Amino acid sequence: MDFPKTETFPGAGSSLEAINTFVTEAAQAIGLDEDAIFGVQLAVEEACDNIIEHAYAGASKGDIECSCDIVTDGLKIVLRDSGRPFDPESVPKPDLDSPLEERDIGGLGLHFIKNLMDEVRFEFFPGSGNVLTMVKRKTPAG
Amino acid sequence: MELTVKEYKHCDVIKVNGRINTQTAPELKAALEALMENGRYKFVLDLSEVEFISTAGLRVLMSAQKTCKQLSRGEVVLAGVPERVHEALDLAGFVSLFKIEETILDAVGNF
Repeated sequence: MDFPKTETFPGAGSSLEAINTFVTEAAQAIGLDEDAIFGVQLAVEEACDNIIEHAYAGASKGDIECSCDIVTDGLKIVLRDSGRPFDPESVPKPDLDSPLEERDIGGLGLHFIKNLMDEVRFEFFPGSGNVLTMVKRKTPAG
Repeated sequence: MELTVKEYKHCDVIKVNGRINTQTAPELKAALEALMENGRYKFVLDLSEVEFISTAGLRVLMSAQKTCKQLSRGEVVLAGVPERVHEALDLAGFVSLFKIEETILDAVGNF
């Protein structure tokens, strides 16, 4: 497989499976182990959900461009959208320990992305849109 | 995702296959709500064939648990939870919100 590898998908829930397959193939080609691949799959799914729900505020309002590239010891994934700015600081901190009746699920998606990936960077470029860069490193052997 | 619902005397066993994400979670939500509208609040969710759950799926589980536990009329018990699904539950801080049993039989035994 040649890197970088880029593909554009419609920003809709119906693209999630194809995006998942795209990043999984890249992760496998780079040699990430199963744990790391699982982390990548879940983080990318949450990131795409965020783009559709927040940047585009609904399905089929724009595209999601997904790029995969090799970096030292791992995989870099870049997701671009042309929606409105997404500010991760505006997302509430996840509530991970309140009792059930008081538990709020807000912020969980971002919490997943930050915990499952080794590097996460959100940027917004006026005129083009949001760029989310995520890196997953190979688990050190032994 | 595929769903199979089996109604038993003391509880309903819902087996979920495949991926629970934003695409499929509404179907699971609708199935649970239909049962709850019929006064059924005791559920075993058999997750042994679930490959993947995102926060969209977790949201459905929590909302069902909140509704079921109101007035102590029931609860959602999880069974056969694969390692990857358990990892997602753990990351979301959900492990303390659900009874998690190894087998369906153990899970049904809660009711």
